[in-house]
Amino acid sequence: MSDDSNPTQPGQPAQPAPPTVGTAEDGPELVRFDRVTKRFGAHTVLDSLDMTVYSGKHVTLIGPSGSGKTTILRLLMTLLKPEEGKIKVGDAYLTHEEKNGKLVPASEKHCREVRKNIGMVFQQFNLFPNMKVLRNITEAPVHVLGLGKDAAEERARGLLDLVGLTQHIDKYPSQLSGGQQQRVAIARALAMRPQVLLLDEVTSALDPELVAGVLDVLRDIAHTTDITMLCVTHEMNFARDISDCVMMFDQGRVIEFGTPEKIFSEPENDRTREFLSAVL
Amino acid sequence: MNNWSWEYVGDILPDLLHGLWITVQATLLGSLVAFALGLVWALALRSPSRWVTWPVSIVVEFVRNTPLLVQLFFLFFVLPGWGLTFDPLTTGVIGLGLHYSTYTAEVYRAGIDGVPEGQWEAATALSLPRRRTWTAVILPQAFRRVVPALGNYVIAMFKDTPMLAAITVAELLFQANSISATTFDYMEPITVVGVLFIVISYPTSLLLRALERRLVR
Amino acid sequence: MTGALWELFFEGVWITVQLMVYSAVLAAAVAFGIGLARTSRLWIVRFLSGVYVEFFRGTSALVLMFWLFFALPLLGWQLAGLWAGTLALGLSYGAYGSEVVRGSVQAVAPAQREAAIALSFTPWQRMRKVILPQAVPEMMPPFNNLLIELLKGTALASLLSIGELTFQAKLARLSTGQSAQVYGIILVLYFVIAFVVTRIMRLLERRAKASIGRAPEKSGWFSRRLPIGGPGPQVTTAPGGKP
Repeated sequence: MSDDSNPTQPGQPAQPAPPTVGTAEDGPELVRFDRVTKRFGAHTVLDSLDMTVYSGKHVTLIGPSGSGKTTILRLLMTLLKPEEGKIKVGDAYLTHEEKNGKLVPASEKHCREVRKNIGMVFQQFNLFPNMKVLRNITEAPVHVLGLGKDAAEERARGLLDLVGLTQHIDKYPSQLSGGQQQRVAIARALAMRPQVLLLDEVTSALDPELVAGVLDVLRDIAHTTDITMLCVTHEMNFARDISDCVMMFDQGRVIEFGTPEKIFSEPENDRTREFLSAVL
Repeated sequence: MNNWSWEYVGDILPDLLHGLWITVQATLLGSLVAFALGLVWALALRSPSRWVTWPVSIVVEFVRNTPLLVQLFFLFFVLPGWGLTFDPLTTGVIGLGLHYSTYTAEVYRAGIDGVPEGQWEAATALSLPRRRTWTAVILPQAFRRVVPALGNYVIAMFKDTPMLAAITVAELLFQANSISATTFDYMEPITVVGVLFIVISYPTSLLLRALERRLVR
Repeated sequence: MTGALWELFFEGVWITVQLMVYSAVLAAAVAFGIGLARTSRLWIVRFLSGVYVEFFRGTSALVLMFWLFFALPLLGWQLAGLWAGTLALGLSYGAYGSEVVRGSVQAVAPAQREAAIALSFTPWQRMRKVILPQAVPEMMPPFNNLLIELLKGTALASLLSIGELTFQAKLARLSTGQSAQVYGIILVLYFVIAFVVTRIMRLLERRAKASIGRAPEKSGWFSRRLPIGGPGPQVTTAPGGKP
């Protein structure tokens, strides 16, 4: 790491105002990062990040690889634990729980309770190869949410219809193309009725001709539901279509954020300009 | 409940250590037989002629899938009838070596097959002679995979040597048994034998793991 | 060979099969218990299960059997020969089996665990619904190896005068004096049992793989894929296999 990546004190001049997406008029505050720092050894991936996202908003995180965008999603999914700071989802802290009026580090059980509100779609789909398509989607609603089997299957059929895979309901993941697998993975995440959907480079592992099908499904979801989305992607056109806000990450910090029109048309920061000219 | 007697342990230790020496001899000699014979099987199984590979694979599978103890009895009771009389230790070494050669054959095969196809192709592209391809390219790479696996089978063989007691080889377990038969006290002799096996096999396997980490990259 | 001798052999086969099945059940229980304990988050659980594995892999099964049969009664526990044999074989092969379980569980892609976390499964649900169904089919070929090694190990029980196949052969040799025939026949009988066990295990493997939508690998007429040391996540099996 170069010198300028050293953990900086909060409130240093380079730091813009903390990104906030939406207002209280849009609905309740859904995701809040409060001075969250994540390090891997000496490497600081997220540097005292503040961020607030209100209900129903769609946020796209862009930036060079290693800039910390995927880390945000993995922190929200509790696949990583932050070194410092607090993360709040809805009314509850993800990283902490309240006991006798005091905040203590969250237990596994508490984490599980809070993350039921969060769904995630992975770059490599991560479907369960031992379950057919239908069971991939119904397994968690039945065994985590306690939904009845029939209700879960009905929900799954509806979602498979949404992603256009009804005819593949009885197949194993290995019998599907990457694009089809990813659409099943989207249905699987939505079956939990999460308030927040995390999309981690969901088209990066796909053959180019399969990307459009997956993005169309996501556009559809973004435009027809009120689900909140946090999305890491390299598909800038997609980001432009669905985002309320685009955040540019560099070296663990948000260096610029705003509407897609502003970020893509008239970025203020040099690093943003460089990055966009490289990827567009 | 009998009482553990260190004095008794002290009395029997010389006999047991003598047995240990026989055990070690059987293991090392058995290993040599297994290493050599296994190579013979492995090369025979690479033969292009099925008149070679079929009989060899049947023999190898048969020996590998039947109990060493019964094979030892077979050698011990049957060979003399064919005019081949060996002392028990030699019979035991032949039995161990033969049995484990069917495992080392597989080690050699996997070691050779584990060398990437591209290495053969590169050797062909450089027009290396066949002999040179084997000695300079294939075997040195196979060696790294083979050595730790062979070592593991040496440890396995070591732990199988007590079976030689059944054909009257005076190794560790045999010594412990004959001591117990006179004193009627089994606890100390057999416990000491068990401890000796762990004390030798565990550090050896640690050494092998260290060696493997260095050899297999 | 007279009919009476064949009867003797088949009695022996029956005891051998019993001994193998009892030991295999014990070994399987130990393998899953210890194998999963070795993936525990608590260091003390990992440590103790590791000690178990190292102890029983370091011990000679025959010496252990003798200890259980001859020395343990002096501490006040008299074990019948069959149970001393079962215990020694089950505990030893369970230790090897636990390495198979651990290796197969750890070989399941970490992303599968993450996906299960993202769906809020509990740790036990993750293991039962996602990890084990994928790991078990991978355990079948090495378990097959272990089962054959276990079958061969049952011959050791003859030295405790249990009337299994090898012991019956001894009786037959003493009564007929025809060593070559007697030992030739029982070697073939062992081979036949091993062959049957292998076919059954292949069938189970095919079933297990079909249940997760995968085709089994091709194999030869009597294929046991032996463990060979090498890089990568390794599932090892035979006594002396790499940990």
